[in-house]
Amino acid sequence: MYLFLCIVSFISVFPLYWMLSAATNKSAEVVAGRLIPGGYFFENLKNLLANQNVGRALGNSFKYAIILTVVSLIVSSLAGYGFEIYHDKAKDTVMSIILLAMMVPFVATMIPLFQMFSTAGWLNTTIGFILPTVSTPFLIMMFRQSARSFPHDIMEAARIDGLSEIRIFFQMFIPTMRSTYAAAMTITFMNAWNSYLWPKVIMTDATSQTMPMVVANLTQGYVTDYGMLMLAVLICTLPTAIVFFCLQNAFAEGITGAVK
Amino acid sequence: MSKPKKMTLSRKHNLTGWVFLAPGALLILLMSFVPMVRALLLSFKTGVGAAMKSCGILNYTRMFQDAVFVQSIKNTFFYLIIQVPIMLVFALILASILNNKNLRFKGLFRTMIFLPCATSLVAYAVIFRSLFANNGIINLLLVNLGILDQPYSFLTHTWSARIVIIIALLWRWTGYNMVFYLSGLQNIEYSVYEAAKIDGASAVQTFFKITVPLLKPTILLTAIMSTNGTLQLFDESVNLTDGGPANASITMSHYIYNMSFKYVPNFGYAAAMSFLILILVAVLAFLQMKVGDKRD
Repeated sequence: MYLFLCIVSFISVFPLYWMLSAATNKSAEVVAGRLIPGGYFFENLKNLLANQNVGRALGNSFKYAIILTVVSLIVSSLAGYGFEIYHDKAKDTVMSIILLAMMVPFVATMIPLFQMFSTAGWLNTTIGFILPTVSTPFLIMMFRQSARSFPHDIMEAARIDGLSEIRIFFQMFIPTMRSTYAAAMTITFMNAWNSYLWPKVIMTDATSQTMPMVVANLTQGYVTDYGMLMLAVLICTLPTAIVFFCLQNAFAEGITGAVK
Repeated sequence: MSKPKKMTLSRKHNLTGWVFLAPGALLILLMSFVPMVRALLLSFKTGVGAAMKSCGILNYTRMFQDAVFVQSIKNTFFYLIIQVPIMLVFALILASILNNKNLRFKGLFRTMIFLPCATSLVAYAVIFRSLFANNGIINLLLVNLGILDQPYSFLTHTWSARIVIIIALLWRWTGYNMVFYLSGLQNIEYSVYEAAKIDGASAVQTFFKITVPLLKPTILLTAIMSTNGTLQLFDESVNLTDGGPANASITMSHYIYNMSFKYVPNFGYAAAMSFLILILVAVLAFLQMKVGDKRD
């Protein structure tokens, strides 16, 4: 059993280790099968920076992902809270319609969205990046579930104290539901950072490209510089890897969040 | 006296609720349902830009005569039928092993198996493309071990290209599904397992008689999610094999993308194809829920 787990773990980790070591070695050494980290890191970095505008792509990716995460958390948690705390028949019906949207594949809405957004002049803009995924049925459901455990008597007490409904949400709900927000934040940030199809459609200009797009660009040539390529992959993976290691439990809760 | 006051208060609360949920609900309406309807309308048209004209169901009849699209359907279903069951069974086995209370280094194993989820889809596709390249480490290993005489070009042969995509998908998503099962297993009282052990049940029996039945809702959920995801596969097809060789590994989403944004745009035809995916997702989800219900 331990042997089995070790093999599976090795297979899981090896490609990432290979990526790490390749990023610090010369392409020729990578091809020769060198598996120990080398001293070619800065040379690879120099080549990469000369080849692609990594700084700009990183900046774009961070900008889009952070704005999307913040807005998404506010919009979805407000909606989930509204659906649960003030629920009645009409709202429950609306909620079940919203859940149907989970079944709509993105490719089926991509072309009309592209047409709508290009008419609106939103190509190559942050708003164009975030709008299609800023409100998701998944997150709304997740916050709706967590609002179920929000104690009603505390709300009543706050109302008697004269706190307005919106202040109850901001001053009481958000601080109590910190772990739900952490879970929602990790999953939204990861998805935003990793998204590829939609940015590829809407970010037509080189200046608005994201980090995954830059990595994909690097594979287009005939000769691959593995050292440089894997360094780009490493840079692209680092932010999500940091989120993963710091917030692993929140992330696990995030992907399974709406199920409970 | 107090009744009318309460009425207005509850009406006020009711209204507050609508205000709270309005932005989220409206965005989903505008970003999912409106485009979906527009895609349906678009799928009955042909031409470019303002010169689009109605063409009836021509786009729908055309797609089944389009050899590349038919190939992309076959490929997508091949990935679906081979990869999803292997992945889910594997994830289930791993989760039930890791659920064992006496296991040591449990957290470490979990983290390592879950780790592939930290990579972006483009990043892992590029890593696998490099691992399986002609001069990649897999070929180097196979040649050095004497299994191959010379490097095999995995990505330019029809079947090996498809299989590399499946291997990559298994690598990326098994840990992800395992996490669902682990969280599902936490809801099962551990004493159930201990009782089974005392009664002399083998690990295999416990797995089939306790784990699988109790996790059924979670298994159903992961099956639906994986089906949905596989039908929309894009990043891997683009960045791992570029759909090649000669469209032998292209997925439906990849072909739709090419038809809309790479070749001369044909939005009407692409919309029709994308609508077929929508129907497939709905039908398969419905079927899975039916099958899931039946076993109760």
